[in-house]
Amino acid sequence: MKRMLAVFNARNKEFFRDRSTLTWNLLFPFLLLIGFYYVFGQAQPMFKVGVIAQQDAYLSRPVFMGLQHIQFIPYAQLDGALQRLERHQIDLVIDIDQSQYWVNEESSNGYMAEQLLVAKDPDFQRNLIRGKAIRYVDWVLPGIMGMNVMFSSLFGVGYAIVRYRKNGVLKRLHATPLTALEFISAQLLSRILMVVLIVMILFFGARALFATMMLGNLGLLLLTLLLGALALVSLGLLVAARLRSEEFTGGLLNMATWPMMGLSEVWFPLEGAPHFVHQLSALLPLTHLVQAMREIMLDGAGLVDISDHLLILVLMSAVFLALGASLFSWAPDSR
Amino acid sequence: MTKSFGRVKAVDNLTFTVPQGICFGLLGPNGAGKTTTIEMLEGIVKPDSGSLLLFGEPASKKQFKRVGIQFQNTALQDYLKVEETLHLFASLYDRTTPVADLMTLCALTEFGDQDARKLSGGQRQRLLLALALVNDPDLIFLDEPTTGLDPQARRNFWDLINLIKAQGKSIVLTTHYMDEAQILCDDIAIMDKGHIIARGAPGQLLAQHFTGVLVQLPKTNVAGQALPIPFFEKDDQLEIMTEKVDETLQSLIELGIPLTGMQVKNANLDDLFLKLTGHELRG
Repeated sequence: MKRMLAVFNARNKEFFRDRSTLTWNLLFPFLLLIGFYYVFGQAQPMFKVGVIAQQDAYLSRPVFMGLQHIQFIPYAQLDGALQRLERHQIDLVIDIDQSQYWVNEESSNGYMAEQLLVAKDPDFQRNLIRGKAIRYVDWVLPGIMGMNVMFSSLFGVGYAIVRYRKNGVLKRLHATPLTALEFISAQLLSRILMVVLIVMILFFGARALFATMMLGNLGLLLLTLLLGALALVSLGLLVAARLRSEEFTGGLLNMATWPMMGLSEVWFPLEGAPHFVHQLSALLPLTHLVQAMREIMLDGAGLVDISDHLLILVLMSAVFLALGASLFSWAPDSR
Repeated sequence: MTKSFGRVKAVDNLTFTVPQGICFGLLGPNGAGKTTTIEMLEGIVKPDSGSLLLFGEPASKKQFKRVGIQFQNTALQDYLKVEETLHLFASLYDRTTPVADLMTLCALTEFGDQDARKLSGGQRQRLLLALALVNDPDLIFLDEPTTGLDPQARRNFWDLINLIKAQGKSIVLTTHYMDEAQILCDDIAIMDKGHIIARGAPGQLLAQHFTGVLVQLPKTNVAGQALPIPFFEKDDQLEIMTEKVDETLQSLIELGIPLTGMQVKNANLDDLFLKLTGHELRG
């Protein structure tokens, strides 16, 4: 008992004296809570209705739009709204100017929303579309692929470099003619190759198991994966450029990964989250990777459709790489 | 060269030249500045001031390619086998010694397929030495190569270093083992607090500072008595340097000091260091 208590005490001291880990342990759950509070802050609506309208058409608002517990999501294009409707991601689409509505006859939610609309505004014209709901597994697969890229890239590059620096592998390599550029390139390329391999296994495995959707071009998906992995390994390099403490790096990497897990639509869509959450989300490389992959796989998007995401990934990679490479040091605070 | 870390001057305006083809030893206690000095010579640590000439020319990338290095603590990349590790380092240089030859020289042949992390202390040091030799260097830096090895492994390592010396390569090593320096080094510099306090061949240094032999006596034998003869204190021993042993013993007997536990021996570098600095080497 005495021995057990002694070790118990020593371990407790270790925990409290390791400041970075302690802070992280305390801070992290709160950050998570605060994050979810804002993402899911409002009560979830019962129905989601897409609205097509000129801005000023809102002046002649249908009575239907005065109902509570229905979320109205404005769409600029009818096509986009109908695509969402087809997938059961929204329950109804109304065009205020044309007094028309579209409903998916295979959606039970759609049926209910339609009854409400017809009760309030009987003169709207009915349009029918059909389409199966996208299974969650189809929706979440690009998210999981993206998450895999993120963890493997950030930790595989960031953590490994800091460990090499701490245990002297970097110092030993520095004593050879190997240049920093050669070393960094080798690390990044190796990790990108591994990540793409692993994610491809995941992709084809999921297809074999669950016949997951793939409407787009495989080559484009590969390109997107490569660019996404490049952005994330570059971020890993930036985090690890000078650090020496594995614990601190672990904390920083967690701080980078968890917001991305929550805000990059890996597990759930951000529809209904406040505007600033969307803005925040757009700053994260994972968001662009996951959205681009999802558009390729679920919507059959082509290069032009996702070019904005790819461009942002390239720009982020360039910034992270330039900063990471210029800050990189073999042994920064070498005693 | 001078190098400070914060307020501590690790190496203070040090100047020395090492002739080609010899084994040169940097000696001193922990914290004397040995590692800082050798790392400045290796080009790893940048001196605050001063300059370094390698092979007679200002140190540059070209010269560092002719240098082999063994650090004090080096982790190797995980999950690589001994032979793979050697090949990895060999591919970083243009001029290399064949890996098979290195493995034979450093008695690593039977461990080629072993994970480098699973080597014993002695095997690991031999691998690190093989890595230092991978570019067929003309000059080799070894930073405390035998620290932490058992006596048998140290002896094996010394044999290996003698083999390398025989190939005509220059060696600069740091150590805090005096016997190691006495056996391996043609020329030594003793460092303390960032300065060189003595320089020369081990035998020559000893001859210069010690005439005769050392009489060693447990302190308890003296027990507070004032000795009229000059002496050093070393651990629980007193050391008296003398050319005439019988006269010294005579006077000790006359003082009524018991001679139980007494030893008479030749001075070694340990004694030299104690004499030079007034404090012990391995403190």
